[in-house]
Amino acid sequence: MSERALEKLAVLADAAKYDVSCSSSGSDRKNKNKGLGNTGAGICHTYTEDGRCVSLLKILLTNYCIYDCAYCVSRRSNDIKRAAFTVQEVVDLTINFYRRNYIEGLFLSSGIFKDPDYTMERLVRIAKKLRNEHNFNGYIHLKTIPGASQELIYEAGLYADRLSINLEIPTTSGLKLLAPEKDHKQMARPMDYIKNTIIQTKEEKKIIRSTPKFVPAGQSTQMIIGAAKESDWQIIHAAQHFYKAYHLKRVYYSGYVPISNDTRLPALGTAVPMVRENRLYQTDWLLRFYKFEASEILNPTNPLLDLDIDPKLSWALRNMHQFPVDINQASYEMILRVPGIGVTSAQKIIAARKFSKLRIVHLEKIGISLNKAKYFITCQGYQQQFVHMQADKIKHYILSQSASKYIKCNPQQIQLF
Amino acid sequence: MQPSANTIVLAMQHRVLEYDGSWYGLLTLVFEVYEHKYQVSAIVNRLKEEIQSDFFAQNAMVTTNWQKAERVAKGLKAKVGAGSLEELYEAYLSEVKGVEMLILKAIQYYFSMQVAGNKNYAHPQIIEIKKIVKSVSRERHRMKAFVRFQRLSDDIYFAIVEPDFNVLPLIVKHFKERYADQRWIIYDVKRDYGISYDLCEVNEVVFGAENTGIDQKNIVTGWHEEEAFYGKLWNLYFKSVNIKERKNTKLHVQHVPKRYWKYLNEKL
Repeated sequence: MSERALEKLAVLADAAKYDVSCSSSGSDRKNKNKGLGNTGAGICHTYTEDGRCVSLLKILLTNYCIYDCAYCVSRRSNDIKRAAFTVQEVVDLTINFYRRNYIEGLFLSSGIFKDPDYTMERLVRIAKKLRNEHNFNGYIHLKTIPGASQELIYEAGLYADRLSINLEIPTTSGLKLLAPEKDHKQMARPMDYIKNTIIQTKEEKKIIRSTPKFVPAGQSTQMIIGAAKESDWQIIHAAQHFYKAYHLKRVYYSGYVPISNDTRLPALGTAVPMVRENRLYQTDWLLRFYKFEASEILNPTNPLLDLDIDPKLSWALRNMHQFPVDINQASYEMILRVPGIGVTSAQKIIAARKFSKLRIVHLEKIGISLNKAKYFITCQGYQQQFVHMQADKIKHYILSQSASKYIKCNPQQIQLF
Repeated sequence: MQPSANTIVLAMQHRVLEYDGSWYGLLTLVFEVYEHKYQVSAIVNRLKEEIQSDFFAQNAMVTTNWQKAERVAKGLKAKVGAGSLEELYEAYLSEVKGVEMLILKAIQYYFSMQVAGNKNYAHPQIIEIKKIVKSVSRERHRMKAFVRFQRLSDDIYFAIVEPDFNVLPLIVKHFKERYADQRWIIYDVKRDYGISYDLCEVNEVVFGAENTGIDQKNIVTGWHEEEAFYGKLWNLYFKSVNIKERKNTKLHVQHVPKRYWKYLNEKL
C-alpha cells in the first residue's frame, strides 16, 4: 500500500464518522481452520476524544455520490475532496489493523457511484475476499444499498455479520424535504427481505446444521435527530415500529452535526442536540430491556421527552399511584420500573431477597441509586414518607441533590470569582 | 497480666497459615483448614510477605497438594457451580492484600449453606468478593481492548502491558482463539512475565526485564518494515473519526484512563 492510502483514509474515515453504529457484538463467528479472528462480546479498542467507542474500522469505500441529500456531507453538490479505495486497500487495512488488535472488524459503507448494484457489488467483493482468501472471521458490517438487487443482498448476507440501512429522517415529510431522491419504502423493502431470509435460515439450520450463516448479528438502522423538526414521539414511534416489524437489533440516534448552509437545516454553529440524543437512547433502552411500551413514555399529546430528568423517572412521576414498590415482595417487572434500579440491580434484588429481608444498607451495597429510588420504595425498616408528596416536589428534591452532568457543565454560567 | 490457662488453650488453636502463593496452594490451604479444624488468624503468601509471628498463634506451612486442591475445587463446583469457583480464582488474581482470608471465609460460608450462597448479594464477604471480581473483570476486558501488537521483523506480534491486576492468565484463551495464525507475545512488565503463542500453544515466558530492558525504545529497533506505516495509518484514522463539535474530554478519559496511554500508539 502506498502513501496515497494515508490521504484516502483521512477523507473516507472522516466522511464515515457520522454513522454512529459501532457495535461488534451479537455474532458468534468462530475462528475456523486456524484462521484470523473471531467475534463474540464486542470490544471497544479505543475511544475518540468525543467519547465514542472505536470498535470497527469504519470507512466509506468512496465518498463520490450521485445523491444530493441535504444532511449528508458527501452530497454531490458539496464541494469537498473526493476519494475512493480499491478493494485491495480496504482488505489490507482491515487485516493489518486487526492483526495489531486495533479493531474488531470492518464497517464498510459507501456513497452511491454509478448505480446501487455497482456499489453493492464492490462492497460484497471486499467482504468475500476477506472471508475466502484471508480466512478472516472478525466482524463485518456492510451497508445495504437501497435499490441493490436481491441476489447481491443475499450474497452480502452470507459474508457480513450485520447489514444496515439508515432511515436517516424518521418522518416521511422530513425525508421528502431533505432527501427528495429517497423514500422510506425503498429502504423497507430490503429490510423486509433480510428479515425473512434470517428467519428462513434459522429454520433451515434446525434441519440442516451446515446451512451457512446469514447476517448472524441481524440488522440495524440510524436516524438523524434534530435535522427535520421531528418530535421525540415520532422518532420513538418509528423506532418501535422498526423493532417490531423488521426485528432490528438496534436503532441508532445521531444528533445532527451542522455541516451545511442549507436553509432547510439548522444553521452552522447550532449545538449538536446531545442531551436529547441521550434521552432518546434511554427511552430506547426502556423499550428493549425494561418492558415499556413507547406509548407509556410518549404520545401525540406529550410528544417531547424531559431534558432535565431521564424518561424512567419522568414516567414514575406521572404514575405515582403505582408506588411505593415493596422491594421484598414486588414482581421483577415492577422493581425494574423503579427509578434508580437497573436490570443488574433488579436481578440481584430478586436473588438476594431469598436469603433475608432486604434493608436500605443492602440496597446500597447492591448498587442501586438511592437518591432516586428512596422516593419510590419500601423495604425492611424503611417506610415511605415521600410518596404522597407532589410529583413536582420530588422532582425538585432529586434535581437539587443530583450532580447531573448536563446541569453542571452549563457554559452560559458566569463565574464571578 | 498473665493470660489465663483457658485463653492459651483457645489461642493455641489459632493458626497463621503460610502457602506458596499459587492458586492450588490456596485451595490446599482450604483443605487443611477443614481437615485440622484450624482457626485461621492470618494467611501469608510466602513469595511476597515476611512471615508474621503472632504470640498467641502457631504458624503452619501448607504444602501444595494437587489432589487436595482438586477436592476443594470439586466440592465448590458441586455447591455453587463452576462460575463461582472462577470468581474466587479471579479474586485471587487481584493480589489485593487480605484477599486470601476473604476467599477462605467465602468458601466457609458456601460450604455452611444448604442452598447456593453465591447468590446472596447482601452477605458482606460475598459483596466484597463480587466487588473485587468486578475490578479484575474490568481490567481483563481492558487488556483485551488495549493490547497493541507491534509487528517485529521476525514476524512476532509483540505487546507490552502493565495491568493493575495479574490478568494475563485470564486473557490467554481470548488471544489464542483470535490470533491463531500469527505468533504473538504479551508481556507484563510490572510482573516481569509474559504469555507467548507459537502457533500451537501458549506458554509463560520470563525475560528478566531488568537485564533485557523491554521498553518501547528497544522494541522500535526490532520493528518489521511495515510497522511504522500501519502505526501511522492507525493514528490518522483515530484522529479522522473524531467529531470536534462533540468534544467530551471527561468521557474520553473515563473510558481510556490516562495510565493506559503510554502503550496506546494513538495516544502518544
